Amino acid sequence: MTKLESKIPDGPLEKKWSNYKATQKLVNPANKRKLDVIMVGTGLAGAAAAASLAEMGFKVKSFCYQDSPRRAHSIAAQGGINAAKNYPNDGDSIYRLFFDTIKGGDYRSREANVYRLAEVSNNIIDHCVAQGIPFAREYGGTLANRSFGGALVSRTFYAKGQTGQQLLLGACQAQSRQIKQGNIEMYPRMEMLNLVMIDGRARGIIARDVITGKIERYSAHAVVLATGGYGNVYFLSTMAMGANVTAAWQSYKKGAAFGNPGFVQIHPTCIPVHGDYQSKLTLMSESLRNDGRIWVPKNKEDAEKIRKGEIRPGDLSEEERDYYLERRYPAFGNLVPRDVASRAAKERCDAGYGVGNTGLAVYLDFEDSIKRLGKDAIEAKYGNLFQMYEKITDDNPYETPMMIYPAIHYAMGGLWVDYELQTTIPGLFAAGEANFSDHGANRLGASALMQGLADGYFVLPYTIQNYLADEINTPRFATDAEEFDAAEKETSEKLHQLLNINGSKTVDSFHKQLGRIMWEHVGMARNQDGLKKAIELIRVLREEFYKDLRVPGNLNDLNPELQKAFRLADFLELGELMAMDALNREESCGGHFREEYQTNEGEALRNDIDFAYVSTWFYKGDEKAPEMVKEILNFEAIELKQRNYK
Amino acid sequence: MKLILKIWRQNSASERGRFVDYSLSDISPESSFLEMLDILNEKLIMEGEEPVVFDHDCREGICGTCGMYINGRPHGPDELITACQLHMRKFSDGDTIVIEPWRARAFPVIKDLTVDRSALDRIIEDGGYISVNTGNAPDANSIPVNKEHADLAMDAAVCIGCGACVAACKNASAMLFVSAKVSHLALLPQGRIEARERVHKLVARMDALGFGNCTNTGACEAECPKGIKLTNIARLNREYYRSRIF
Ligand SMILES: Cc1cc2nc3c(=O)[nH]c(=O)nc-3n(C[C@H](O)[C@H](O)[C@H](O)COP(=O)(O)OP(=O)(O)OC[C@H]3O[C@@H](n4cnc5c(N)ncnc54)[C@H](O)[C@@H]3O)c2cc1C
Ligand code: SF4
Ligand code: FES
Repeated sequence: MTKLESKIPDGPLEKKWSNYKATQKLVNPANKRKLDVIMVGTGLAGAAAAASLAEMGFKVKSFCYQDSPRRAHSIAAQGGINAAKNYPNDGDSIYRLFFDTIKGGDYRSREANVYRLAEVSNNIIDHCVAQGIPFAREYGGTLANRSFGGALVSRTFYAKGQTGQQLLLGACQAQSRQIKQGNIEMYPRMEMLNLVMIDGRARGIIARDVITGKIERYSAHAVVLATGGYGNVYFLSTMAMGANVTAAWQSYKKGAAFGNPGFVQIHPTCIPVHGDYQSKLTLMSESLRNDGRIWVPKNKEDAEKIRKGEIRPGDLSEEERDYYLERRYPAFGNLVPRDVASRAAKERCDAGYGVGNTGLAVYLDFEDSIKRLGKDAIEAKYGNLFQMYEKITDDNPYETPMMIYPAIHYAMGGLWVDYELQTTIPGLFAAGEANFSDHGANRLGASALMQGLADGYFVLPYTIQNYLADEINTPRFATDAEEFDAAEKETSEKLHQLLNINGSKTVDSFHKQLGRIMWEHVGMARNQDGLKKAIELIRVLREEFYKDLRVPGNLNDLNPELQKAFRLADFLELGELMAMDALNREESCGGHFREEYQTNEGEALRNDIDFAYVSTWFYKGDEKAPEMVKEILNFEAIELKQRNYK
Repeated sequence: MKLILKIWRQNSASERGRFVDYSLSDISPESSFLEMLDILNEKLIMEGEEPVVFDHDCREGICGTCGMYINGRPHGPDELITACQLHMRKFSDGDTIVIEPWRARAFPVIKDLTVDRSALDRIIEDGGYISVNTGNAPDANSIPVNKEHADLAMDAAVCIGCGACVAACKNASAMLFVSAKVSHLALLPQGRIEARERVHKLVARMDALGFGNCTNTGACEAECPKGIKLTNIARLNREYYRSRIF
């Protein structure tokens, strides 16, 4: 049976990372220049890692599918980034951040990784300030903080509602400096479609120049995937339109194991769906839950009238409103973690209390905060979000409550990596949202930016050296090796296949069908029958896709439909694995809610005896079932408990 | 809604482009402008024609990927938004809508509505950063920053690099874009150290890349989806002047 080696260093939790760094192998400056790293992705994880590795002296080749690295989807992150600085003096510490993250993830992540994440969180803030990130400040000139869900302290640093943008521009600027110095070669509009392995190691990639359609080969001593999350398997999500799983999935099919594919996050505060032409969902940052109160009408009759447009939310008095999060979770109130808030919204809407014309929405109301703090204060904090909301819905949230509903937002699952962020393929690393590592079954708000930058600035640049130190005698590779020929041929055949089906249905129409199956059966609430059904439906859909797809245009041209088709082909396989993973996990934890496993109050019922493990899937061929290997999670520092936000 | 679309179709930079008319019906006023184009493309594909190529990614106004003239205005007829944030309720039933790519010497057309804006990245590479290596930073609160300056820096830093300012300018100048980066960094104590050198390098690179001169017409400010102010250009000029006399 396949064995997993997580390579967690010995020693007490607080010492593991410093012990690792003190004893790991390093590469001397003269040799660094001789070593190439391929960095696929220029989001926070990829740009930060590329810049840091290049500063150290390695030669980096960076890739992204957008026209500029600065447009990676990290740019869209709004709310903030966590760190254990304890500047507000409210009792925060590395341990508390570590504890909150493990608990928030419903005890399904690795202690050692999460502790390291909390440990380096403070270095991230220091570095970002030095780079000139314009974080929000207090009048005295010090940094300001706010709160996010799942924490009782204020540890989130932010730059208005554009924190991701500012952090990404900082990382991309650092990357630009290295491009200028000749240490990074930047390849925008270049989409990785295959991984090249030589003698069992990752040695290169096959990529398609999106403009010319030409298939190109690139070699390196190590390959890093920082390609983001796979939320677009649901078609509608808060992800960018081009976000995809292709790089990770093609690597999975070459032997890189996939960890917890069924763990995705459904974000409670997104603008509700309004029509079937809709192409994406827009997030309203969780930070709004600092000042907004979530409610639905207390009586079904009132909800009904609101849905018909007979009354307005403002017509209901305090007594006629049900602030259901405050009612159910008095300690955390509107700031419970995302999975809890999402399920609670679904529960109310399913029970007939939902608002909006579809009944699939709840209110997020700022009336009290505006009364307490004034409109100006609310505008200063959330102005751009309110503007965004108004542009989409034509409603003014200063005057009428926002309507929100949960939507797919983040993938906790991803390529399985060990403590060094190395996948099960030697020389292939994964960073940022693309790996499965730190968030267990649910990610806390403001922790993805932290993890992306931790991986990129402070973890990977060290751990990859432990691998590269043994590569100093490996000369640069030519790309004419037979392994490159074979990989290019495989990719080229796939592209031709997609172009030549000449069927009658567009990529988007298939993608929407897949999205509906995933949302209905592998979404916020799952059960055995539904998951089995999803697997069947996806198989049927996949067959139809290869028989009836229509892709216009040709190969040697800018052809967005062809790009979309290639991505969807991989989503159609990933979707099935996600359902299999969700079916295997007979417990509820974090974002994974199996209806069969809940407490009397409807809370997630974990099963630590049988399921305290990472389900790690190995590809065994298109016709064969994948093999699932368990990475048992050992909790030494933390006692496993049912999460309680009451 | 029923619409007539006049869309610029061009196969490549070397071929000549032309307007092609399309008609669409049953468009919901609630759909976004790009969703309307999606519907058009689905229709074209089913009719065996090539869909219109346009750039887009986040569809929420932050990545800066989308961008086109809509009825002669960069990002279309609404204030402070990108093309992807524009909604069809801004139009009326029966409207004719003219859609064109950015037109500027430094932004060659690639195909249809897609242009090459990489010149903006080249400018940043010449010094649009603070030169600090990972691992060198002191504690974040050891550099206090005046709140007013921090807020002004943030207002400048929100530029999304969409190029609408260039497209709006009769000289196709990138001055608003450059001034946003210069201001963001010059307003912060961390960024002062390289401020003089930076402004000089960025302006020189902008000129070399074929962007035009700034003649203060203010069209850029009027069309910028992120509200980047002309005061940033004034600040750039002050920085530039200072960098020359010292
Ligand atoms: C709307 C929104 C708001 C969010 N807000 C917050 C927040 O406030 N706080 C927080 O902590 N987290 C937030 N998140 C989550 C967080 O932004 C992401 O998890 C994180 O930024 C991901 O960074 P990344 O570097 O892993 O990937 P990304 O930034 O997604 O970058 C992926 C990169 O990979 C490239 N790529 C992908 N596939 C290929 C391919 N096949 N070939 C070549 N290149 C490829 C892309 O071009 C891109 O450069 C938010 C997410 C969303 C969607
Ligand atoms: S200054 Fe405004 S218009 Fe110009 S690139 Fe930046 S955001 Fe776009
Ligand atoms: S698509 Fe990102 S700004 Fe319009």
